[in-house]
Amino acid sequence: MGIDLPLVWAVIILFGVMMYVVMDGFDLGIGLLYPFFPHRTDRDVMMNTVAPVWDGNETWLVLGGAGLLAAFPLAYAVVLSAFYLPLILMLLGLIFRGVAFEFRFKADDAHRHLWDKAFIGGSLAATFFQGVTLGGYIQGIEVVDRAYAGGPFDWLAPFPLFVGAGLVVTYALLGSTWLIVKTQGALQARMIAIARPLTWILLAVIVAISVWTPLAREDIAQRWFTWPNLLWFAPVPLLVALTAWQLLQRLRRAPDVAPFVLTLFLVFLGYSGLGISLWPNIVPPGITIWEAAAPPQSMGFTLVGALLIIPLILMYTAWGYYVFRGKVDETQGYH
Amino acid sequence: MWDIDALLLARIQFGFTISFHIVFPAITIGLASYLVVLEGQWLRTGREVFRDLYHFWSKIFAVNFGMGVVSGVVMAYQFGTNWSYFSDFAGGVTGPLLAYEVLTAFFLEAGFLGVMLFGWTRVGPGLHFLSTVMVAAGTLLSATWILASNSWMQTPAGYEIVDGRVVPTDWIAVILNPSFPYRLVHMGIAAFLATALIVGASGAWHLLRGRDTPAIRKMLSMAMWMLLFVAPLQAVVGDFHGLNTLDHQPAKLAAMEGHWENKPGEGVPLILFGWPDMEREETRFAVEVPRLGSLILTHSWDGQFPGLKEFPREDRPNSTIVFWSFRIMVGLGFLMIALGVWALWTRWRGELFHSRALLRFTLWMGPTGLVAMLAGWFTTEIGRQPWLVYNVMRTADGVSSHGAGQLTTTLALFVVVYFVVFGAGTVYLLRLIAHGPVTDEGTAPVPGGPGQPRTPARPLSAAPEAADDITATRSGG
Repeated sequence: MGIDLPLVWAVIILFGVMMYVVMDGFDLGIGLLYPFFPHRTDRDVMMNTVAPVWDGNETWLVLGGAGLLAAFPLAYAVVLSAFYLPLILMLLGLIFRGVAFEFRFKADDAHRHLWDKAFIGGSLAATFFQGVTLGGYIQGIEVVDRAYAGGPFDWLAPFPLFVGAGLVVTYALLGSTWLIVKTQGALQARMIAIARPLTWILLAVIVAISVWTPLAREDIAQRWFTWPNLLWFAPVPLLVALTAWQLLQRLRRAPDVAPFVLTLFLVFLGYSGLGISLWPNIVPPGITIWEAAAPPQSMGFTLVGALLIIPLILMYTAWGYYVFRGKVDETQGYH
Repeated sequence: MWDIDALLLARIQFGFTISFHIVFPAITIGLASYLVVLEGQWLRTGREVFRDLYHFWSKIFAVNFGMGVVSGVVMAYQFGTNWSYFSDFAGGVTGPLLAYEVLTAFFLEAGFLGVMLFGWTRVGPGLHFLSTVMVAAGTLLSATWILASNSWMQTPAGYEIVDGRVVPTDWIAVILNPSFPYRLVHMGIAAFLATALIVGASGAWHLLRGRDTPAIRKMLSMAMWMLLFVAPLQAVVGDFHGLNTLDHQPAKLAAMEGHWENKPGEGVPLILFGWPDMEREETRFAVEVPRLGSLILTHSWDGQFPGLKEFPREDRPNSTIVFWSFRIMVGLGFLMIALGVWALWTRWRGELFHSRALLRFTLWMGPTGLVAMLAGWFTTEIGRQPWLVYNVMRTADGVSSHGAGQLTTTLALFVVVYFVVFGAGTVYLLRLIAHGPVTDEGTAPVPGGPGQPRTPARPLSAAPEAADDITATRSGG
């Protein structure tokens, strides 16, 4: 068999994580936008745009974890113990946020605001600590003898914290553009008003991270700024500029689906930039996908299932979104 | 010294988070299948009572499912955060099993749950029923994979160790490892029993308050039939599981029995109660039935099986805990059988819905399915100590090398968050149950129905509970 199993699995996990960022990104973003929309009807509509699908979105995160354990157990063990505290805080955030979907409709009027706060705090904690983990991951993980060798607070550094804040902006923009698709009238107008400054902030974040990363990590600078790599990778920043410009244009005149799609593309570009920087390490800076790979018997067994089942998952997920297509209206569902 | 503390803290943290988690999937498994039966019966007979019950229990399902999902995401990450050496060592086997659970079960549940809960008026009855069936199938598949993984850790098979890591050699042997079939059936039935007891207790509670509607009668009646047939079956399955444990994990079985040593030429007694004392290596104050232990476990009058003294001290599980958790499980099991039989007797006399004594007993039995299930888990999980992978990797060798400070902090966070969040969830669940099934829910106009704007309304979870529910319940009674 000439199949490079670690390579195939790296692609699957990259795909899974991207699906997660794309899908859970916008529903986490809704929680981040909640503080700007204090009225109950607005909040009900916002939450109802994702209520039937958020659970499936979050499952991609579980697939990321399980896929990593199945294909790269060493990476799973090292990365998860390196980011022990931020990951636990992320999980606790997801708990508060996840139950808020059910609980805020079950709570009486006196207590609903508590679950709104849980939704906001949970979404913020989950997003921020995902970003912190990502930033710490880019920064690199100290490994000795197949185990994490750094301290418990290595992630508590300027760069990871900045990436954490950057992800908050990213998800907030995803959330606002998603809501432009799913709402109408005054609520939609306010989403458009919020999306524009968010786009500018995100652009600044992208620039900052693009400058900061190669400054901090010489190997990443090497990757980007040597000839002919510079030529191959030049389209990434150019496309970022072009997409952001289009996004701002579209937000100006009666936007609908376009801003959301453009934001997704922006996220995808940032994600591919990250991939270019780190490839082929799965535990930066030192462990490659081949070194961390599970036994071929494990990767092969899981690959059969992944290749057969992931297309099916995508099909019925798409069907679920199709069933709940269309605008969500504030007058409905709360008699 | 710090090492031991960190290990114990990591074990407490895992035990705490998984004990909370396991309750939710168990109810999810039971309720999902119950919802399939209810919707199927509604489609077949057209009787409103089934649709009313479906709407009622799907609300409870939704809240419970939400709690199961969020506590489950924690589990998927805890293997890596807290047990990183184990993950690196055995990830080649446990990883693919977990990945298959996500691929075949979690996505299925999550993908069809939206339609099941909010799509009642957005898809036809056939597609809606399909969604309910898919969610139920997802819950059962999920149990299958996770129990395959857990059973493999209890009775590992189909692998070899290469360069200090587990390499699977035969996936059929890995999945169908020796204890898997028993564990799967025992756990599956436990989930159904626990749910039936909750459903039955809910019905009993309403009947005791004089709310005697067809829907409430139906749920009590269905729950009692379930107990009658399934509780005795569970006892039989449990017995087979015990024999399997004797074959593959004799130290665990000896701990369950409180059995320290064999006396030459004499059968092993069955110790009903007593206090296994690990220092003195004997079970004190034992109340025992001579030779019954031999009879049950070896099917002969004087058969013998290994006692705890035959294992080195460091290879013995905590027999005091295991002995008692096992007795709690079995004792509650007998009470469940008794409830099923008693309900049959009152049913035969035409008093099932009126016997206050039976209804009160049913109400008190409500949580016992979950208690018995947790006791069973404690028995099997503490009973396999000190091994993480039985006879292959010790628990102490699998834990991440975090300091006790980190573990104490996160444990405290988990305890606070779980009690707040799942405490509130339990209150909401009980409140929903207290509202009872609504008798006209199916006929009320539902926003987003045919001809109306297609909007993902939230008919099942959204506000309308309060006022009209209670009126409907009262007027029905």
